[in-house]
Amino acid sequence: MTIVLEKPAPARSGPGAPPPHDDTPARGARALRALGRLSRLTLTRSVVVLALFALWELAPRWELADRTFLPPFTEVAAAWWELALDGRLWENTEASLVRSGLGFGLAVLCAVPLGLLIGWYRPLADLLNPLLELFRNTAALALLPVFILLLGIGETSKVAIVLFACTWPILLNTVSAVRTVDPTLIRLARSMDLSAPRLLQKVVLPAALPTVFTGIRLAGGTAILVLVAAEMVGAKAGLGFLINSSQYNFAIPQMYAGIITISALGLLLNQLLLWAERRLTSWRPQPRG
Amino acid sequence: MTAKINLRAVSKAFPARGGRESVLALDGLELDIGAGEFTVVVGPSGCGKSTLLDLLGGLDRPTSGEILLDGAPVTGPGLDRGIVFQQYALLPWRTAAGNVEFGLEATGTPRRERAALAREHLELVGLGGFEDRHPHELSGGMRQRVAIARSLAYDPGVLLMDEPFAALDAQTRESLQDELLRIWERTGKTIVFITHGIDEAVYLGGRVAVLTSRPGRIKDVVPVELGEARAAHADLRSSPEFALHRRQVWQLLHEEVDRAQELEREAVAR
Repeated sequence: MTIVLEKPAPARSGPGAPPPHDDTPARGARALRALGRLSRLTLTRSVVVLALFALWELAPRWELADRTFLPPFTEVAAAWWELALDGRLWENTEASLVRSGLGFGLAVLCAVPLGLLIGWYRPLADLLNPLLELFRNTAALALLPVFILLLGIGETSKVAIVLFACTWPILLNTVSAVRTVDPTLIRLARSMDLSAPRLLQKVVLPAALPTVFTGIRLAGGTAILVLVAAEMVGAKAGLGFLINSSQYNFAIPQMYAGIITISALGLLLNQLLLWAERRLTSWRPQPRG
Repeated sequence: MTAKINLRAVSKAFPARGGRESVLALDGLELDIGAGEFTVVVGPSGCGKSTLLDLLGGLDRPTSGEILLDGAPVTGPGLDRGIVFQQYALLPWRTAAGNVEFGLEATGTPRRERAALAREHLELVGLGGFEDRHPHELSGGMRQRVAIARSLAYDPGVLLMDEPFAALDAQTRESLQDELLRIWERTGKTIVFITHGIDEAVYLGGRVAVLTSRPGRIKDVVPVELGEARAAHADLRSSPEFALHRRQVWQLLHEEVDRAQELEREAVAR
């Protein structure tokens, strides 16, 4: 979204002074129209979410849903605020952020270079492809018991499962991105006698970046999903732990507060990655504002 | 005139589908190209024109025979030759200046010099002021100008052009042809220009080499002498001298085009 809000031009300073711009009324009208467009856009984007919250608030109050299991939204918000004030919310969010950040970051650092190599050297791709297909089609969470058995229930197994789950979307997208780089660009680089590392760095990586980022965004969603599940199985902190332990202790509003925090975190991460993607691929024609 | 490029009995065969026998794309090409000469290679589609360019560029090796560049055999790609591709081959994430600098980075030119050279060469192709535009913001003709500037900037002795204007509309093509001739006169590069257009070949070429349909052989080399006519006619293409040369090349090519179409029909029917 790139709407520039122009400040309305200042009013005339004196009766004799010429207007600062001849087109002052036009500019003002344009600014007003932009403001109108912006508020309309905000409204369209938030109206469904607001309706959901309203339904959540009213359903228990009108006894359409059991109040014990689905407390009204305001009660959940109050519980969230309480958790935020006594520091438990941040403590658990921090634990989750560190684990998912570490696993996700390591996955990006490993999978992108690896994907470039696999995509570039065809024999390597042919060799590894069956293995990649096997791992990609194995649900990461099915391997959670294996990770716990091998790495214990501490931080290592949680970071490792996030790393594992995030690797595949990034790796597979990078490999296919390298495969689909415009062959003319490769011919150009070869005609200039570029060495293979230079060619990867200057042509293949930038050309592959948009598709690589699709994989990274997918991995971002996976990171949170897998982590929360891992934290529900065995952990002493984290948002998954908060949700699970709240449920065990019958602190239902707190449970919902944890859930809301996770979805907000997921949204935030996706926005962050979108922003990074736009920054890095700003040369591409933007399809829409 | 000293020879810049010599083709000595150059043949190129490709493994056919199924791998049983190979298909001969080029057969015993013999051609000497002088330094600073503008040579156009024209031939029917599928006659191996682009294969020839790949061999000259060092992107591929001949099956037999050899290509000499300044007397030494071509063994691989190098910055002594610049290729201009039909599809422009611009890096879409780089600006016009960034694309021109791409070749200069390969030669190891210092950063400040690169920027100056990029500006100078964009100006040479008539794109002064467009340094910061990305390829998607430029028209097809402008993109090809950037590609030409890129190939000129790192100063190769030879410019290899693979149907560079084929994707452009007629007006843009004509203006780029004039531009190319102007640049050639100014820079004195040896140019090998590949096309399937007879008009383009006669208009640009100092000499026009006509290839036969597959396997590609050199059927004839037509010297184009339009020196006086170029000066005398504002519209060279409708001058009698131009028509004469055009007819000559057309007759040579005509039979080959028929034969190429016959071959194509046979290939499809099989």
